[in-house]
Amino acid sequence: MSTIEIDVNGKHHTLEVEPRTLLVHAIRDKLGLTGTHVGCDTSSCGACTVLVDGVSAKSCTIFAVQVDGGSVTTIEGLGASAELHPMQEAFWAKHGLQCGYCTPGMIVSAVDLLQRNPDPSDDEIRAGLEGNLCRCTGYENIVRAVRSAAEAMRAAGPRHSVAELLPAGGGD
Amino acid sequence: MAFTTLMGAKVRRREDPRLITGRATYVDDVQVVGLLHAAFVRSPYAHAKIRRIDLTAAKNAPGVVGVWAAADLRAAGLDVSMPVAADIPGMLKPPHPPLGTDEVHFVGEAIVMIVAEGQYAARDAAEAVVVEYDELPAVVDMEKAVAGGPFAHGSLTSNVAYELPTKVGEVDALFASADIVVKQRLVNQRLVPCPMEPRSMLAQWDTGPGALTLYTSTQIPHLLRTNLAILLGLPETKVRVIAPEVGGGFGAKLQFYSEELLIPWAARQLGRPIKYIESRSENFQTMTHGRDQIQYVEAAATKDGRIKALRMTIYSNLGAYHHLLTPAIATFTPMMSIGCYNIEALECKLVGVFTNTMSTDAYRGAGRPEATYLVERMIDRVAGELGLDPVEVRRRNFIAADAFPHPIATGLVYDSGNYQGSLDKLLGLVDYKAFRVRQAEARQQGRYLGIGFSTYVEVCGMGPSAAMPAPGWDSATIRVEPTGSVTVMTGISPHGQGQETTFAQIVGDELGVPIDNVVIVHGDTDRVQYGVGTFGSRGTAVGGAALKLAINSIQEKAIKIAAHVWEASPDDVEYHDGKIQIKGVPSKTMTTAEVGFLAFRGVNLPPGVEPGLDATRRFEPPNFVFPFGAHVCIVEVDAQTGQTKIERYVAVDDCGPIINPLIVEGQIHGGIAQGIGQALYESAEYDENGQLTSGSFMDYAIPHAEQVLSYETAHTSTPTDVNPLGIKGVGEAGTIGSVPAVVNAVMDALAPFGVKHIDMPLRPEKLWSAMQSTRNGAPH
Repeated sequence: MSTIEIDVNGKHHTLEVEPRTLLVHAIRDKLGLTGTHVGCDTSSCGACTVLVDGVSAKSCTIFAVQVDGGSVTTIEGLGASAELHPMQEAFWAKHGLQCGYCTPGMIVSAVDLLQRNPDPSDDEIRAGLEGNLCRCTGYENIVRAVRSAAEAMRAAGPRHSVAELLPAGGGD
Repeated sequence: MAFTTLMGAKVRRREDPRLITGRATYVDDVQVVGLLHAAFVRSPYAHAKIRRIDLTAAKNAPGVVGVWAAADLRAAGLDVSMPVAADIPGMLKPPHPPLGTDEVHFVGEAIVMIVAEGQYAARDAAEAVVVEYDELPAVVDMEKAVAGGPFAHGSLTSNVAYELPTKVGEVDALFASADIVVKQRLVNQRLVPCPMEPRSMLAQWDTGPGALTLYTSTQIPHLLRTNLAILLGLPETKVRVIAPEVGGGFGAKLQFYSEELLIPWAARQLGRPIKYIESRSENFQTMTHGRDQIQYVEAAATKDGRIKALRMTIYSNLGAYHHLLTPAIATFTPMMSIGCYNIEALECKLVGVFTNTMSTDAYRGAGRPEATYLVERMIDRVAGELGLDPVEVRRRNFIAADAFPHPIATGLVYDSGNYQGSLDKLLGLVDYKAFRVRQAEARQQGRYLGIGFSTYVEVCGMGPSAAMPAPGWDSATIRVEPTGSVTVMTGISPHGQGQETTFAQIVGDELGVPIDNVVIVHGDTDRVQYGVGTFGSRGTAVGGAALKLAINSIQEKAIKIAAHVWEASPDDVEYHDGKIQIKGVPSKTMTTAEVGFLAFRGVNLPPGVEPGLDATRRFEPPNFVFPFGAHVCIVEVDAQTGQTKIERYVAVDDCGPIINPLIVEGQIHGGIAQGIGQALYESAEYDENGQLTSGSFMDYAIPHAEQVLSYETAHTSTPTDVNPLGIKGVGEAGTIGSVPAVVNAVMDALAPFGVKHIDMPLRPEKLWSAMQSTRNGAPH
């Protein structure tokens, strides 16, 4: 077993892991953060995407020990119902999800994309999400959501809570 | 923005807050104390005798709690065959044991189950199992399988599971008198459903009451419970099946997998909870596949393009075993091969074929995309042979809008439709004439544009019980709670379709309850009355119809109670805009919540009326529903590379009145993407030894965001009278409509090269080769 020190969603953890433990299993099984999903064994689908030291990474393809001393942000760390991340809000408003399984990874990847390119074109959004598969939406509403979140993030307005948005809130 | 009317409004989905924040609970997220993990040893051969299994090392591996091969199951009293719900008279039914026994029949067939402390330990122990095989010849190619041996099972002397002939109308006479007969062989290739969440299950045995709980990623919790109880020999009341958050199904979770039997069985044996989450590689090999038909089609037509009759031989690759609905899926194909046209006669020989491959079963559309592809390709082929415009040929063959309800030759009765209407609306969105001009100009410059139409009708809202291999009804319970909140228990099992929202919209409007006070409960056999589940675009068309009946019952009772309070006749009281009022007296009203409290309190109720305000109703559909639409796809094929680029995709769909446009549009988008996937990219490939060579996302190409485009959608609305909501299903329409639109477009682009047909997927190398093979790549 190895001992690692990592910050996950701003909280420090000391974890005992096997050297072969995948980061995604450490996050899910040791820390109970189950928002990060496993969708494939081949780092193809992106459902497990998290930010490692601020940059998107597929957590099913890195060992937990590789992140020793580093920081991880998962979907839970982006925003919660009391204060949604603009990307989460946009996915909701634009109906950018159906079964929801790919959604956490998709949202994290989209956040990473906007860090690199705050005002992407539709083609740039599609290219930027090339590492994330969705079988439900056909991607159209995901592209709309990312575009909408990019606008919101550039405007840097206040974050909203689910409770604020829920009462008979309309999508668009 | 607040809605005055919820029906038809773009209400944000109520299920989304938990999904976008990572707080949803899929099976793998369920936390249980003392959890064990399972892994399976699977056959690397498509067909082999098992000579010897040595479990010694696996049993001694660290953390291993239990190891079972088929013989161990039998010794422990589990000697069963997995059920097939669909039956065709005289069909062959080779036994389907939960673990491969003596002989294995496809790559991925489970042979040994390991249960251990932790998933890593379980997989390590699986590696330690030694299985010795004697490889047998495998049969993979359907047409070779029909012609003779080798046979997929050692116990069989034929690979033909069934032959189902159909002949209606004066087929021979119509072919004899036809101006033209167009023949085409069409391959509808095998697809892998690929829900993003693989098969996942967690079983828990409670030794106290002797009861079993199975969490599983399924579309049919109740049907699964019934089957599980029968096979485990347990009273059904002691089996609870929970479908928590389910990460997509597409028909492949309309199933009872052997792992869904074995994990609960082992949990009972060990008295400890067990989880099994398959890997994606296992998912590719062992989750039921879709499509896989070879169709020989002949169309008899007049010289003005009227199609009079169809003749077909259809081979359906069943795979190695019958799963729940395997033999039934392809029967939809001849049934719907007439499409939206006045084709008065058809003859079909449908042949179900065993091969040493994974079983096929329901996948989004299930037999109907194959029918639509068949007829829509034939329309274009007939148009091409006659030099007619494909739009005009469709127009000449349409069933007229005033001809509904419309019995078709195969015995179905189309409920309602306006096929010309949807095509007209589509042509209003796309300037067809201008495209043909642009296409001609582009060809002059050596650029190859193509346009493809698909006018489809599909059968869904599964369905009348008498026409189904399982019950076809569904159920709803509405409970008005003392404080006026409303709980709905629906028998369907949504997994992305959004009924937590659409059903709340219906209840909100009809009972005048704020949408946030309505909760939709589903997917738990202990909380919800028996329901049939979500598949065949039936969730709202059948489950929503049951909900409407339950609303009617609640309203009837509420009216009686309010009338009694007002000392009025119930005949003079009505629901108006969600409130109860004396007819024509809007000042005298009560809310459902107020009546609900009176009913709870149990005083001042009319004689003979029981306390409480709740109702359970079931809807038995008198017919299927038949959504339809018109799609157009515009492509450019690069003559240098064979690459297809979709330039524009426009879909006009008609699923009757729309409850939530966001959700309907989303269903259409996703359906089109899966159709584009089949047309251009996806194919499950087995080599001649039965190895699945497209067994991961690296070699099975479900579309990425860059490989699809921004779809344009529009609707017409033709209600049905099959259900009290007037609505039709929309879950499969996009997939059914889109495949031929894309293929027709590519074939149109390649017309200058004399190309008449290329089988899917239309990958660059195929198109490039086809262009090269005609006059060295120069167009005619």
